[in-house]
Amino acid sequence: MGVDQQPLGDNIITASLDGLVNWARKSSIWPMTFGLACCAIEMMATGASHHDLDRFGIIFRASPRQADCIIIAGTVTKKMLPVIKTVYEQMPEPKWVVAMGACACSGGIFDTYSVVQGIDEALPVDVYIPGCPPRPEALLYGLMKLQDKIMKERNSFGSSIGLGDRLEPAA
Amino acid sequence: MTNMAETNRAVIRLKEKFASSLLEIKEFRGEVTVTVKKEDVIAVCTCLRDELGYNLLTDVTAIDYYGKTPRFMVVYNLYSIPAKDRLRVKTPVEESDASIASATCLWNSANFLEREVYDLFGITFTGHPDLRRILMTDDWVGHPLRKDYPLQGPDREPYKGRLS
Repeated sequence: MGVDQQPLGDNIITASLDGLVNWARKSSIWPMTFGLACCAIEMMATGASHHDLDRFGIIFRASPRQADCIIIAGTVTKKMLPVIKTVYEQMPEPKWVVAMGACACSGGIFDTYSVVQGIDEALPVDVYIPGCPPRPEALLYGLMKLQDKIMKERNSFGSSIGLGDRLEPAA
Repeated sequence: MTNMAETNRAVIRLKEKFASSLLEIKEFRGEVTVTVKKEDVIAVCTCLRDELGYNLLTDVTAIDYYGKTPRFMVVYNLYSIPAKDRLRVKTPVEESDASIASATCLWNSANFLEREVYDLFGITFTGHPDLRRILMTDDWVGHPLRKDYPLQGPDREPYKGRLS
């Protein structure tokens, strides 16, 4: 974003569409209120006043229709997987997935018949956060990594309104 | 110290009435366990409930003695609210005929508990009003708490220890 001096006057700010849209998106990540296990307790602690996710514009929404991020906070059982898939499908685009904790990343200690060995078997994961469970600082760091990733998106908004193709950012 | 099992009120009554059905009577650290024949389990339980006041069925579970016969042991944990005492009733179940009469006619709490045993051990309860899986998904194949069920599931290569 930049301020153009003379020709446009004092009240005009110019910016690239990507810069503006990505800034707006990363500053208002609304995660789905969705906890699965002990990681959810840590996620709630991150949202509470001491760590305060609200200062990042991260506000938990109780409906997938209003959410653009889902934090997979806990062990995903095979019985729960269809429910998570449904919730994910109900979220509008653009949407991001954060795998919080060892269980969501890889199944963790639950190397058993009933547990999905990592949510990336079913959903496209943007950020993996290790830990069992991760401390609130780790979740905050993961969400800031997600913000960095969102800032790197190129023509994601333009492609959705029919202006060219989405460009995959370099990792 | 006298053997608690010999002086237990339920054991004394069951010995009078069901002497031929009792397979084993055991006491360990104050817990009395009575093993009965599968055919007589409902008759024994009816007597325990109606005559001895064991009006609460706290748990139904099973054990898989894989490799032994009979393979399974179904376990009923009873509690008498008026007398404040507990009794464990066990009954052996063969693998070839993995079914047993349902205790839902005596205690309604047996409904979900027997569904759990059916789900995880594959023991069917005849006379159960709604015998279907309760923990695993409806389309699940196999009974995971059986000892011959692979821990990581049938569709995965079993873990063989760390390679490094």
